[in-house]
Amino acid sequence: MVSILDIIGPVMVGPSSSHTAGACRIGLLARGLVGGTPQEALLELHGSFARTGEGHGTDKALVAGLLGFRPDDVRIRDALDIAEREGLRFRFEKTTLDDDPHPNAVRLTLTRGDRTAVTVGESLGAGRVRLSSVDGYPVDVTGSYHTLVLTAEDRRGSIAKIAAVLAEDAINIATLRLSRRARGQDAFMVIECDDVIPETVGDDLRALGWVHWVRVLPRVSA
Amino acid sequence: MYRAIADAIRAAEARGTTLATVALEAEARDQGRPVEEIREALRRALAVMRDAVAQGMTGEHRSVSGLVGGDAAKLQHGAAGPLAGTPFHDVLARALAVQEVNAAMGVIVAAPTAGGAGVLPAVLTGLAQSQAVPDEMVVDALATAGLIGAVVAERASLSGAEGGCQAETGAAAGMAAGAATEMLGGSPTQAGHAVALAQQGTLGLVCDPLGGLVELPCVFRNATGAAIALAAIEMALAGITFAIPVDEVIDVMGEIGRSMDVRYRETAGGGLAATPTGRRLARERLVQIKRG
Repeated sequence: MVSILDIIGPVMVGPSSSHTAGACRIGLLARGLVGGTPQEALLELHGSFARTGEGHGTDKALVAGLLGFRPDDVRIRDALDIAEREGLRFRFEKTTLDDDPHPNAVRLTLTRGDRTAVTVGESLGAGRVRLSSVDGYPVDVTGSYHTLVLTAEDRRGSIAKIAAVLAEDAINIATLRLSRRARGQDAFMVIECDDVIPETVGDDLRALGWVHWVRVLPRVSA
Repeated sequence: MYRAIADAIRAAEARGTTLATVALEAEARDQGRPVEEIREALRRALAVMRDAVAQGMTGEHRSVSGLVGGDAAKLQHGAAGPLAGTPFHDVLARALAVQEVNAAMGVIVAAPTAGGAGVLPAVLTGLAQSQAVPDEMVVDALATAGLIGAVVAERASLSGAEGGCQAETGAAAGMAAGAATEMLGGSPTQAGHAVALAQQGTLGLVCDPLGGLVELPCVFRNATGAAIALAAIEMALAGITFAIPVDEVIDVMGEIGRSMDVRYRETAGGGLAATPTGRRLARERLVQIKRG
């Protein structure tokens, strides 16, 4: 569903909605996977990101997103220097990713304390983005909602119990998608919500005992 | 949101209302947000657009590579051409201004994209000034433009990497033409013809920026895109119609984009980017960017 505020927007630092604003949003979403600014980031640029990224500030915008800056933040211009001061060590490489992602794509490998995440972000045009995989699970995280991602044992009734925890906090679920590598293996859930998700929800979900890993991703687009 | 301009026109005309009204209602329904909240977001966008125009007119912005900048001021203050003092001249300068700010990593509204961000503010704020249109009607026009862009996103593309420049400055020209036609008193049907008239004039337009940077020809293509939008507005308001329905024009834009060689889709592999001078300039400028 396309929103007119996606079309008339975002308000952003130029020059490219896909290579600058989209890159920043990918960084913001990926940052959520490790729960904050990572200490280490490997950014592997694919396709047009690899070919024309430098002149578009794609490098600056991705790092800015990892630092938690939004696409209209003029600090994007100085993000590489700011990252150095804030202890974010980053490295860029050029690559060709498998599975034929969108021509504007990047694989991010992030570390923050004992948390790590590997994700592929795609910039779809006009600043719209998606994460298409997280730690090898195929996903479709667009950042149009407040998003909860988690892995849990693949067991009967798990969705009902998770939904009950969210209902307790008056969080309305917009979409829910489940993927797993094989029957009986861990399930990976992406739950997009209308309401802001407090960090305490993560603790409540882990308290169920069979939820291994929970992350809250911010809404990054209108 | 509507998936066809024709559906939105039918919905608006059945109630004797505007495309802006049905667009805002559909957005409110889709997003579960009140219309006033959406209008407020559009007001903020309009303020950023006006600020970008004003900044660009100062002539102080140079792009990251140094390839573009200062031409909006040149058009404003240089020798007078035959159209000096007309809204047409003013709109061209505004389009250059916004796109120069964008190329300099300034703050703009991507509408629909950053590469095509000059057309819509130029046409709407320029015509609003010359025709003394109140701000709330310009906000309505942004909603109409959003509706048109949403349909193009669904049916074709808004990405130069997918559809060439016809999907960026071309789509922007269609959005600006339809929105301004309604803003200046045209009916929803006339606005639809304006979209078709603008978009037909940009079919096949390739995306061929030097070095892949949103600079050259992007700055100038926003000015010529705005000119095409003005031509479409003038024709549509005179009652001229376009025989191919607007949604079919949009569909064919998508089809042309999909069959466009990858060289012409933002890869700097063809078009102006691949001319001898285009390659030389890109090489020199990219070396300069890397040196910082």
